[in-house]
Amino acid sequence: MSGIPHDHYEPKTGGEKWLHKRLPVVGLLYDTLMIPTPKNLNWMWIWGIVLTFCLALQIITGIVLVMHYTPHVDYAFASVEHIMRNVNGGAMLRYLHMNGASLFFVAVYAHIFRGLYYGSYKAPREVTWIIGMLIYLCMMGTAFMGYVLPWGQMSFWGATVITGLFGAIPFVGDSLLTWLQGGPAVDNATLNRFFSLHYLLPFVIAGLVVVHIWAFHTTGNNNPTGVEVRRTSKAEAEKDTLPFWPYFVIKDLFALAVILAVFFAIVGFMPNYLGHPDNYIEANPLVTPTHIVPEWYFLPFYAILRAFTSEVWIVIAANFLTGGIIDAKFFGVIAMFGAIVVMALAPWLDTSSVRSARYRPMLKWWFWLLVIDFFVLMWLGAMPAEEPYATFSLIASAYWFAYFLVILPLMGVIEKPLPQPATIEEDFNAHYSKTGGTKTVVDPTPAE
Amino acid sequence: MIRKFTLSALTALTLTTGGAFAAGAYDTHIEDFDFSFEGPFGTYDQNQLQRGLKIYTQVCSACHGLRYVPIRTLSSEDGPGMPEDQVRAYAEQNFEVFDEELDDFRPARPVDHFPHVTSAGAPDLSLMAKARAGFHGPYGLGINQFFKGMGGAEYIASLLSGYTGEEKEEAGAILYENKAFPGGWISMAPPLYGDDVEFDDGHEATIESQSKDVAAFLMWTAEPKLMARKEAGFVGVLFLTVLSVLLYLTNKRLWAPVKRRAKENNDS
Repeated sequence: MSGIPHDHYEPKTGGEKWLHKRLPVVGLLYDTLMIPTPKNLNWMWIWGIVLTFCLALQIITGIVLVMHYTPHVDYAFASVEHIMRNVNGGAMLRYLHMNGASLFFVAVYAHIFRGLYYGSYKAPREVTWIIGMLIYLCMMGTAFMGYVLPWGQMSFWGATVITGLFGAIPFVGDSLLTWLQGGPAVDNATLNRFFSLHYLLPFVIAGLVVVHIWAFHTTGNNNPTGVEVRRTSKAEAEKDTLPFWPYFVIKDLFALAVILAVFFAIVGFMPNYLGHPDNYIEANPLVTPTHIVPEWYFLPFYAILRAFTSEVWIVIAANFLTGGIIDAKFFGVIAMFGAIVVMALAPWLDTSSVRSARYRPMLKWWFWLLVIDFFVLMWLGAMPAEEPYATFSLIASAYWFAYFLVILPLMGVIEKPLPQPATIEEDFNAHYSKTGGTKTVVDPTPAE
Repeated sequence: MIRKFTLSALTALTLTTGGAFAAGAYDTHIEDFDFSFEGPFGTYDQNQLQRGLKIYTQVCSACHGLRYVPIRTLSSEDGPGMPEDQVRAYAEQNFEVFDEELDDFRPARPVDHFPHVTSAGAPDLSLMAKARAGFHGPYGLGINQFFKGMGGAEYIASLLSGYTGEEKEEAGAILYENKAFPGGWISMAPPLYGDDVEFDDGHEATIESQSKDVAAFLMWTAEPKLMARKEAGFVGVLFLTVLSVLLYLTNKRLWAPVKRRAKENNDS
């Protein structure tokens, strides 16, 4: 193992030695918990704990909800109302589960953009990044299928629209669609398979999370400077790092508690804030809602899906070159999945030798533009498919791809990075002497 | 205190992760009534819920069902809070249900749900107050839910009191103009005319007060656990705030020597 040098678990008592010889589980836990962690990690490194918490919350509340839920088109909606009205604590459980999904996505987006800014995806952490992207894909699948289960109007029509995307795939589309839906339309078979997969995927995610953690425990954490921990000796490594327990556990738990306070305010006082009122109407295949909108966390990619209409020159070109195989609908599907694929390829598209955007004067601005772009796409995804939103969507989608396909490769060549600190220790010490120095001068209480 | 504002169809559609109802080009008008259950500490007003129940029973229930609501929940302390014998009498006097064992109709019991009425083709009202969003501000962000709720009750009250008196015939059906209904024309005839029910305590029964009472009752049928939920939210936020402070102090103390050392090393 090429990890950062540190103390390993030494069994002391007879019992410990006995177990350690047979199953080094305590050693594994010890090494995981005491992993040397760069001491300059900032507050953007707390999302991992939040995400782990979300996964646990969703699995636990989900398992209890399943005990009272009926996956059948005639009973699903009523069984959710049964949970809301008759099950002890049922309303709270369901609202926690419902809003827990949103917290999960808030955290995962913050986590992903953290990685993009500080270059966490770059060598040697490509595998961590790729596994992270797989987790994100599984999360999207799980969330989408979970939203179908209450069998409200948005559940049904969302499922119809999204499974319909697969129908756009040339040649195999129609058969694929029938196979996915388990019939000619979204119906009981669809609901049942979504229920089954909605229960399965979180455990796949849990497995991937273990691999994700394993991967970055092998390479060590990235940090705001992007400079690696010194590994030549244990003494030097200890100057750059602190053990995860207790320093980062307590820090992360503090952040988690603050975030959960906000989360509980939403669950307690406005639990339907992020949901759609139409989902309190039972699914009706005969009545289409006026405005089908996915959940907020899908909106940016939904906007990309809808951006490429048949009037866009690149769609016309693709259509012409492939002899009509790639039409506007299929192009949109490719674009939507492509938007995630280019993100997954970031480790190989980024040509810069510098990791952290802190020392990349040009990329920094492109990055913040990408963040704005993400929110603009989210807004556009909720808009009706008409002008001027269609043009905006196209521009915003184009920038999303440009960032990964043009800017990242190009910046490595033309950008002149700023000097980086030699070590993490240097950065950490400089940071605290700076704030420590000003603290004595600046009065922390604001003037009246 | 009633603040009035107009909600155009366009703003209803702006940035909605949550609710909006499209209304064509018609400007709908949702009146922002004040309800006792708004805001983090809002609670249901039992008297109002009981009045609303009476209006529902005598007016609305002719066409609209409440299929998801068990009658026994009328005795819930967080709801109308009616005594159990009164609930039993209410069920028996007002509703008949089909009993599969008897293979016949029998008077309803508290364990039964309100009937599922489909005869008039009118929608079920159990969840109506959550299935409609009266407003979604500011700027379509919906944050004002925190203080005012989703506006479902406001929508219902506005709809019931929003008839202009105009009617028109379309494809053999009579449509009534309504300021709150998306599109402006609704097939439901005005249900309230004032003094439609008589309250034992002599409470006023104007169109507007009845609209509000029944809207409050339907908010309760849609969200019967509202009070317990807010209480849990309050306890949760309070607990987590205290926990945050304790963890903040722990964290500060834990890192203090590390930060001091960092400062010393750099200054020397």
